[in-house]
Amino acid sequence: MAINWFKYSAPSTFYALAGKLIPWFAISAAMMFAVGLYIGFFVAPVDYQQGEFYRIIFIHVPASILSMFLYLVMAGYAALGLIFNTRLSAMMATAIAPTGALFAFISLWTGALWGKPMWGAWWVWDARLTSELILLFLYLGYMALHSSIDDPRRADRASALLAIVGSVNVPIIYFSVKWWNTLHQGSTIKFSGTTMHVAMQQAMFIMLAACWLYAIAVVLARVRSVILERERQTKWVAELPEVRG
Amino acid sequence: MKELTLFGMLKLVVQRDMTLAMRRRADVLTTLIFFVMVVSLFPLGVGPEMEMLRKIAPGVLWVAALLASMLSLGRLFSADHQDGTLEQLMLTPQPLAVVVLGKIIAHWMVSGLPLVLIAPVLGIQFDMRMETLGILILGLLLGTPVLSMIGGIGAALTLGLRGGGVLLSLLVLPLCIPILIFGTAAVDAVASGLSPVSHLSLLGALLVLALTFAPWVAAQALRISME
Amino acid sequence: MLEVSNLACSRGDQRLFSGLSFVLHPGQIMQVQGENGSGKTTLLRTLCGFVSADEGYVAWNGAQVASLGDAFHAQILYLGHLNAIKDDLSALENLKISAAFSGITLQDATVKSALRRLGLKGRELLPCKVLSQGQRRRVALARLLVSDARLWILDEPLAALDVRAVALIQELIAEHLSSGGMAIFTTHQPLQIDSMTVRTLALS
Repeated sequence: MAINWFKYSAPSTFYALAGKLIPWFAISAAMMFAVGLYIGFFVAPVDYQQGEFYRIIFIHVPASILSMFLYLVMAGYAALGLIFNTRLSAMMATAIAPTGALFAFISLWTGALWGKPMWGAWWVWDARLTSELILLFLYLGYMALHSSIDDPRRADRASALLAIVGSVNVPIIYFSVKWWNTLHQGSTIKFSGTTMHVAMQQAMFIMLAACWLYAIAVVLARVRSVILERERQTKWVAELPEVRG
Repeated sequence: MKELTLFGMLKLVVQRDMTLAMRRRADVLTTLIFFVMVVSLFPLGVGPEMEMLRKIAPGVLWVAALLASMLSLGRLFSADHQDGTLEQLMLTPQPLAVVVLGKIIAHWMVSGLPLVLIAPVLGIQFDMRMETLGILILGLLLGTPVLSMIGGIGAALTLGLRGGGVLLSLLVLPLCIPILIFGTAAVDAVASGLSPVSHLSLLGALLVLALTFAPWVAAQALRISME
Repeated sequence: MLEVSNLACSRGDQRLFSGLSFVLHPGQIMQVQGENGSGKTTLLRTLCGFVSADEGYVAWNGAQVASLGDAFHAQILYLGHLNAIKDDLSALENLKISAAFSGITLQDATVKSALRRLGLKGRELLPCKVLSQGQRRRVALARLLVSDARLWILDEPLAALDVRAVALIQELIAEHLSSGGMAIFTTHQPLQIDSMTVRTLALS
């Protein structure tokens, strides 16, 4: 199926497309959340070592995975925007950042909530949690830079460059933090046993899908408002029913 | 018109920036004084117990070096930006990356190198042993140029912005964490009788990586900021 | 030869001008006119390569400037609103360094006579921060005398100059044009170059 990508690279057509897609993603995300949380919190068996508290991983792990995935997607759009000079790519990158940061934040909080009953401390300098914290800093830095620059073109391009530099650094940072963690023999958040019960796997997978669908819905909604703001001088925006009425 | 070689251009930029720095010696000294002050704050904050100070010394010195570098990096391009010479530097017949590398080298020589040279004195205050001091210096020697180079990218991106130095630190500090980790790990290795070679060679690898890419990336960032 | 074809530029989200085309041959001078904010400075900066145009291109001797890169920089001299001199260096040092960046090694005597011609006799060795605004502007303008760039891009070169200095600059530009150079400039004052017609470009 050959999709005419270039047609949708114009903000006006993408705006309409996004508007149509959002309800689908939002509803399926809601359904997946319901199913996933049900399986995770009620159906999956109690863990041998960690009791009921472990269930928080059904939020923690998808949030972590998505925070990292979204950063790569954001850097990808940033690169597209820099190379092809397309405004929409840059708008997508800025729309993704807050959602990515939110997932990183949720991952940290759920990590802490997990850590407290397990280790007795609200925070453990686990390699993954520490990397997640640094990832949150990278997201916040991106958003801070973008909001500090008044000229939209400079803001887009500068933060795009930062996102790309960050994404190149992420493997280096992760590797060094892991190294640091093994050196200092820190605690690692592990799971009991080598295989997960099938219900746990199901719940994990469904929650991951739910978070992903949610992210798509939210990013599409956000990019629509970014488009409206950026293109407010154009005719097609002035003629939109929601703007006129 | 004589053709200027890349190395000739590099030398020219370094000489110019060094001359300018020497005429504003106060700026250079303030970074150094800040470094010394931050390091001295730690014993005041955590107590003078020698055993503990010896343990935290590498970390404290590295973090202070990071912070001092961040502070001084704001000045890398701002002076040239304000009087219009940055535009002229962007109009030379040589690649902008060479000019940027020259500025970063000069900046490191007046802001980074002094930190490396004074670190032994501070290390002695923390009762560090001789061999650990040596590895600390070597690590700083390899790591501070990388800080300058990554910071150069940040300085180029935040050129002329209101947030200024704090925003620069926010952007650059996360990226400098690997250097901090390897630098301090090298010292800890020696303190426990192990070899610091792997940590130092990782620092060396980061230096080579930074030298290869950072000037070019910073040049692109400058072009974005100067549009 | 400078060629501009179908150039369109914007600042922020606002389109400043579009469809701009002209050719400038050796010995010609062009004045860019327009109200404040009409994009005169942006046009000059686009010619230098600081700003990338939305549409169209700039070409030098047939080759697009974007592909020429640094080689094009050797051919132009840009004088913007800022003086581009370091206050901590003397006028002599400033000019020598500025020339060195283009690969030209200047003798002290050459630089001093250039500064003298601009009325800065006796002030060549003082740090520029002790000079007045007008004197600093003249140090910046002294670059015109020691550069061998073919194209001069001047943004309000006559601002804050007295009558004698204005006459001197006009003289310098005339010399440059008669040796085959080109100039494009903006100004709020009328520029009179003897025996030369100044082409105009109006940005609306």
